[in-house]
Amino acid sequence: MTGTLDKELPAEPLLVADDVVVEYPSKGWRKPPFRVLKGVSIAIGAGETLGLVGESGSGKTTLGRAVLGLAPVTSGTVRYRGKVISGLGRKERRALSDDIQVVFQDPYTSLNPAMTVTDVLSEPLRVAGTSRTEAEKRVKDLLDQVRLPADAGERLPREFSGGQRQRIAIARALSRDPRVVVCDEPVSALDLSTQARVLDLFVEIQERTGVAYLFVTHDLSVVRHISHRVAVMCGGEIVETGDAATVTTAPEHPYTQRLLLAAPVPDPGRQAERRAERHRLAAAMAAGTSSNTSVIASTSGDRA
Amino acid sequence: MTLPQPEATAHTAAVPGRAGLLRRLLRSPVAVTCLVLLVLISLAGLFAPLLTGQDPAHTSLTDSLAPMSGKHPLGGDGVGRDVLARLLYGTRTSLLGALLAVAVALVIGVPAGLVAGYYRKWFDAVSSWLANLLMAVPAIIVLLVVMSAVGQNTYIAMAVFGVLMSPGVFRLIRASVISVREELYVDAARVSGLADPRIIRRHILPVVQAPTVIQAAQMLGLGIVIQSGLEFLGLGSADQASWGSMLNDAFANIYTRPVLMVWPGVALAVTVAAFGLLGNALRDALDGSAVKARRPRGAARKRAAEKKAPSATHETSGADDALLVLEGLKVSYPTAEGEKTVVGGVSLTVRRGEVLGLVGESGSGKSQTAFAVLGLLPREARVSSGRLVFDGKELAGLGRAEMNRYRGRRIAYVPQEPMSNLDPSFRIGSQLVEPVRRHLGLSAAEARAKTLGLLERVGIADPERVFDSYPHQISGGMAQRVLIAGAVSCEPDLLIADEPTTALDVTVQAEVLDLIRSLQRERNMGVILVTHDFGVVADICDRVTVMQTGAVVESAPVRQLFAEPRHPYTRMLLSSTLEDAEPRSALGPAVPASVATSMNTARQEGPA
Repeated sequence: MTGTLDKELPAEPLLVADDVVVEYPSKGWRKPPFRVLKGVSIAIGAGETLGLVGESGSGKTTLGRAVLGLAPVTSGTVRYRGKVISGLGRKERRALSDDIQVVFQDPYTSLNPAMTVTDVLSEPLRVAGTSRTEAEKRVKDLLDQVRLPADAGERLPREFSGGQRQRIAIARALSRDPRVVVCDEPVSALDLSTQARVLDLFVEIQERTGVAYLFVTHDLSVVRHISHRVAVMCGGEIVETGDAATVTTAPEHPYTQRLLLAAPVPDPGRQAERRAERHRLAAAMAAGTSSNTSVIASTSGDRA
Repeated sequence: MTLPQPEATAHTAAVPGRAGLLRRLLRSPVAVTCLVLLVLISLAGLFAPLLTGQDPAHTSLTDSLAPMSGKHPLGGDGVGRDVLARLLYGTRTSLLGALLAVAVALVIGVPAGLVAGYYRKWFDAVSSWLANLLMAVPAIIVLLVVMSAVGQNTYIAMAVFGVLMSPGVFRLIRASVISVREELYVDAARVSGLADPRIIRRHILPVVQAPTVIQAAQMLGLGIVIQSGLEFLGLGSADQASWGSMLNDAFANIYTRPVLMVWPGVALAVTVAAFGLLGNALRDALDGSAVKARRPRGAARKRAAEKKAPSATHETSGADDALLVLEGLKVSYPTAEGEKTVVGGVSLTVRRGEVLGLVGESGSGKSQTAFAVLGLLPREARVSSGRLVFDGKELAGLGRAEMNRYRGRRIAYVPQEPMSNLDPSFRIGSQLVEPVRRHLGLSAAEARAKTLGLLERVGIADPERVFDSYPHQISGGMAQRVLIAGAVSCEPDLLIADEPTTALDVTVQAEVLDLIRSLQRERNMGVILVTHDFGVVADICDRVTVMQTGAVVESAPVRQLFAEPRHPYTRMLLSSTLEDAEPRSALGPAVPASVATSMNTARQEGPA
């Protein structure tokens, strides 16, 4: 499903954000606009998951929305298959809905409460010109793919648990075989055991269909589980990128180190060690000494 | 990782849909009465020629002010026209006029509101400005000017009145659209490639339907009143029977035949009241069915636990230093299908100076248990517990006032959402000072000094500034520190923290947990920490109680629980943590090597 984009540059990854700046106007007379993204660059290859980690206010969600065309790109470009897709008009943007899809964080507000599951899932298909009977067949297939019972179609979203709703949202994103799915904290509203199962579903779908994920989350353990590569955001900038294993176990940037040490490990002994390391690092930073990467190396050793 | 346990199956309760609105409306006696009255009134107007043989415009001086008789069931008016005929035909004028006004208001207001709310930008600015201008214009004076300019035509007047009412509709629609368009499902529809008209029709129009219908019912009543007012002033069409002109005639003869006031008066009052009450009933019916997108937290908890889990392994609470002993706590809620048990026989013990983790997934009843100890469950909750002993005193069955002596003073609470637990309209200082003064009986100056000291203790750099700030001026992490300061201000023996760090960033979470730990050690407090995060448990808890569907399944010291979990549910939860999951290899086999290399060399990103 390559669509109309025929001029494909061989060297360029599937999706590229190049020096993207997003600004929102500030309230008040002649105040400079608020810069949410300060020149962010990422690249995602086909079939790859790029995990985007950061705390609230880091701009990670805005980057996802910029890729989706839901946030205004002030400067820089977002390119898909080598073609600039930032700043497109609404009509041109709609043509991309075949290729780029989304799963939002909150499964409680991302599904229209008045529509049945079949309506929710067939809507993107019908827009693309699929016939009603074709769409219904496809919906059955999608429900099966995300492990929901076939009779789920006639029910309303509120009849489902959080994890099941998120499966419906995933099915909607997959309905037109996209090549990229932006996942904005898709498991952070879910219970622990549900979270693991939904993540497994994401991985399984990727292995089967070769879809690429831009996976936005605040949780390092989630990102380690699902990502091939990880980008860490802080204050509207990317401070570190690398493969998942390195960034989530032996990060180089002090901010990533702080993130990692702040995340509690579900093991009392190791957590006590990690806490001690965190205090030591904080004390070292307070004392003005430059960040000490060996601190991290010692904690990551016992985990690999 | 394979997790055999299926997710909670969807409950297949009969859910009332949109079609249920009419049925719900018909369940309200007021609505039924109003509907019946309005239908009767409309039919009377519609079939006026069948109901009376008299011409409403035919004057006959011999029948002037005629009494009720077979020929004139309601008598004659000042110029000898049949009152009943005028009343029936007048219904047409009143209803049609009001309908016209409402139709005009909707035709202008709804599309303008939709476009302004959905697209915003310049159209919104211009149309909002126009709406404000129209609203500032005195309607009755405009109507008088229009009538004098274009002649006395009721329908033209009502059309103009419709234009004057349209800003109200516009504002209502615009506000509802703005609130829906922020919903994620509208964003999802955009990403799905839906064109704007289709998004508006499928996702936005259904939401604005309800307020529009309610507003229309209210406007119909208003339209009738205004129209009758104009006609009472003699400004309607002279040749048309109407309730307003009947009132005008009756007013002229008020000393000779006051009863003439009654018929149009009653007709007006009944019709207008019926429209108004119908609007209210509609609103109530819609409220009942409100398709809410929000997470039904309470409901989820309530339906959580129907089956009682087998009684769990429970440690004997024989220790002398037990601060809180809870035995056989049961919490249930009355529902349409009978009693629903949310907590079914929970027993736990907290020792002085010990942090007890209460762990479970949503619906496990962990928060309900904590709230039951605090005595903060909603009124409809039915609590029965064998024993609730705090520091040697039985608390179960204490009244509100007696419970207040413990709550805040000796048992303190730190909530999950720091922001929603601070009153936005008061300064932080005053919210902290009040309980200190009340419980400890300090003077204002002493309480202030103590509070400032506490703020400093919880790691707030500039206590004076925070003391004088409003809640919206501080961050979430700071707000949680403020609430912790408030919780420990009266030196409690037991601190109950309900997911105290769930809403916080991970670095802030670590600091807040550090703070809770150091305060707990410093004051030798007992702490119940409700959480779903085993990382948090490992960080701070001494002992752990695991709950599932309203029952305790396992209770053990923290190291033992992590090392040898006994209950299968605990094992399942622990195996779900992602901490030890293998990280995925740098690039899956799906990615061609050429792309992989190009990506790795593509950019050097970010500052060092």
